[in-house]
Amino acid sequence: MLEGLMIGLSTAFSVTNLLMVIGGCLIGTFVGMLPGLGPMSIIAIMIPVAITIGDPSAALILLAGVYYGAIFGGSTSSILINAPGVAGTVASSFDGYPMARAGKAGKALTIAAVSSFVGGTIGVMLLMIFAPMLSSVALLFHSAEYFALMVVGLSAIAAFAGTGNVAKAVMMTLLGLIMATVGEGALYNLPRFTMGMMDLQSGFGFITLAMALFALPEAMYLVLNPARSETGSEGGKQGEVKDLRITRAEARSMAPVLGRQSVQGFFIGVLPGAGATIASFLGYAVERNIASQEEQAEFGKGSVKGLAAPETANNAACTGSFVPLLTLGIPGSGTTAILLGALIALNVSPGPRLMVDEPQIFWAVIISMYIGNLVLLVLNLPLIPYIAKILSVPRSFLIPFILFFTMMGAYIGQNNATELLILVGFGLIATILRFADYPLAPLLIGFILGAMMEDNFSRAMQLYDGFGFILERPMTLGLLVFAALLVLVPSYRARRARLRADGVADD
Amino acid sequence: MMKTTLTRRACAAAAAAAMSIATPALAESHGDGPMMDSIHFLIPGGAGGGWDGTARGTGEALTESGLVGTASYENMSGGGGGVAIRYMIDNSESQHGTIMVNSTPIVIRSLTGVFPQSFRDLTLIAGTIGDYAAFVVNTDSDIESMDDLLEAFRADPNGTAIGGGSVPGGMDHLVAAMVMESAGADPLDVNYVPYDAGGAAMAGLLSGEIQALSTGFSEAVDLANADEVRILGVTSPERVAAYEDAPTMMEQGLDVEFVNWRGFFGAPTLSDAEAQAYRDTLAAMYETEAWEEVRARNGWVNIHNSGDDFRAFLEEQEEAIGTLMRTLGFL
Repeated sequence: MLEGLMIGLSTAFSVTNLLMVIGGCLIGTFVGMLPGLGPMSIIAIMIPVAITIGDPSAALILLAGVYYGAIFGGSTSSILINAPGVAGTVASSFDGYPMARAGKAGKALTIAAVSSFVGGTIGVMLLMIFAPMLSSVALLFHSAEYFALMVVGLSAIAAFAGTGNVAKAVMMTLLGLIMATVGEGALYNLPRFTMGMMDLQSGFGFITLAMALFALPEAMYLVLNPARSETGSEGGKQGEVKDLRITRAEARSMAPVLGRQSVQGFFIGVLPGAGATIASFLGYAVERNIASQEEQAEFGKGSVKGLAAPETANNAACTGSFVPLLTLGIPGSGTTAILLGALIALNVSPGPRLMVDEPQIFWAVIISMYIGNLVLLVLNLPLIPYIAKILSVPRSFLIPFILFFTMMGAYIGQNNATELLILVGFGLIATILRFADYPLAPLLIGFILGAMMEDNFSRAMQLYDGFGFILERPMTLGLLVFAALLVLVPSYRARRARLRADGVADD
Repeated sequence: MMKTTLTRRACAAAAAAAMSIATPALAESHGDGPMMDSIHFLIPGGAGGGWDGTARGTGEALTESGLVGTASYENMSGGGGGVAIRYMIDNSESQHGTIMVNSTPIVIRSLTGVFPQSFRDLTLIAGTIGDYAAFVVNTDSDIESMDDLLEAFRADPNGTAIGGGSVPGGMDHLVAAMVMESAGADPLDVNYVPYDAGGAAMAGLLSGEIQALSTGFSEAVDLANADEVRILGVTSPERVAAYEDAPTMMEQGLDVEFVNWRGFFGAPTLSDAEAQAYRDTLAAMYETEAWEEVRARNGWVNIHNSGDDFRAFLEEQEEAIGTLMRTLGFL
């Protein structure tokens, strides 16, 4: 390993490769900030450049830089305008956006940058030390466990089921799960609930729904509810430099979250069927449900932990996804599938032999990831005050700008104008729900996890000829019990605390 | 939710083909100049998929070699390709400069009625490339040949799960059923386990969740080269040069031939002369170095069926697939 490390260091620190890291990170983080262009499209656009370079190490370093740069930058639009451009940053908007609304946009962006940096860096360390051993971990999970993992992720909705809101949160989750069934599922050869419309054949588009449920109703809320705007985005509190600082107390409460979520996120990223989105929801769910009661009440309203958890987890997961990619040649997501395609086009065959046959590629990529994470932090921190200023743009300019970006995001992926009709239709419904105080996050969580949950569930049912897999596979059972505990224990604690306060449970 | 159906090879194709964005379409004069000034490619799926790679790779070869002046591309996903087909038909008059890429699923999906149109509603240009199908197992599996697999299947059809990256009734399932039927087994007994992408199916195989995998041959070759899987049989008439170690289904006594073709279609109102111009240009492409480079990089197999040959090929495939799907109860 030491020898490989040396080769990696000398390769990664060549002038060309350093330029590749910096260039890749720059492009990734800026394009990643735009909703509608996720890491997948950016990498697809960058591939011709990478192939022209010809040297596989340099090309992979560039593309990897674009990839984690895009994940790094992706949270910006979630935090500032509640417009998550990729599924992996949906959870970052849960607490990031409320923080920005409360005039702490600068602080939210700083927390996101620091969390991303820590998640990415610890992820690379784990990748460096454990990669050869981890290929077997990547194959540990079967469909049954993936299903159970999604159930754990679904427990994140508990954060939106606060007092008196439980029924509403459950209803919204169910609605999300139902919407995930629209279209030609991966496992059935018949379209469901498309009402004969060909545009619904592939189901609802993620970006269209994310914009319709999050960004659009927020923009409408700002227009229709002028009272709120005075304390909101025009409050004039943004852009002050002191906003950037993370206080000592906040740092102390963040630290364990960063540690836990770096490791948890990384291992979820290693699983080819999970990835950054699941990692961010799981990170949010776990941290929310193990937090103390006062902290728990903060979640969904601008909690430091609630923002740090998904940001750490999705960056660590993105690093973890390089394990199955490099050691098995199996892509865990659309983005890593495109990376794999680029590697094959460059005559590199990822698989168990890559580390033996071409160690310089493997190690150079790992070393470049350390450099890349540092570059991203150095690059982003000084820019935060300027980026946060976007919110002090007068509302009459800001809102059309948000609307333009949501429309562009929904249209750009498919070139299909029907997406715009779906966007506006659901945007209106979501606005009504928003005014009626229905939480919209559970709807989107249900929608994102629903499709994957159903796929894995029906595969497990088919392989075990029924529900047998729940009892026959200890890991599945363990994960399901864990999910139940995550939801039940905090509510039991809360109940007991309430009773004690009332002086009833004096035992 | 964005559903990606990316296979290893499809990505390679897309990755490589995306190069054509960077390399500006500098048409070197080819004798008396290009055969066509421009071609617009309509791609019924998103960036990075197999269709995308085929269209961009073809466009790259055509412009690099100077056969065509410029090539442009448009991704229009939705409806399993149906949205783009409907667009070609509805806007036929304005789409004479456009050809649309498609592949075997257009036959399957119009049979199942996923979309109401079929290849007959479009002008057939040519089938250009193809990929054979293959059965693979884990390298450490004790299944060494198709005979072993059939034996295991006969002993315990349910416990011998065969996975694939398509829906039940989709291509990977149909190939599995075809193989079992030709071995005299009941294709309905196949415990086919669908995954939503080639990569996920491969992970399922390596993790031991399924016992065998029905997949594209070029994708199987990459993993066989990395010593991760063993190819039990390929659906080609003869062994394929890219991986001579893989035996054919035929030589193991299974009468199965199958090729997943990719090709191009024009708008329904295209005149004969216009359609012929596209066919001639594509036919000339096979002779160029630019095409050989693109083809080799992507591991594609030249399978050229132009005009009426293309129609005959498609009708034959439609017949074979239709019969099988009726047996399986999908029609």
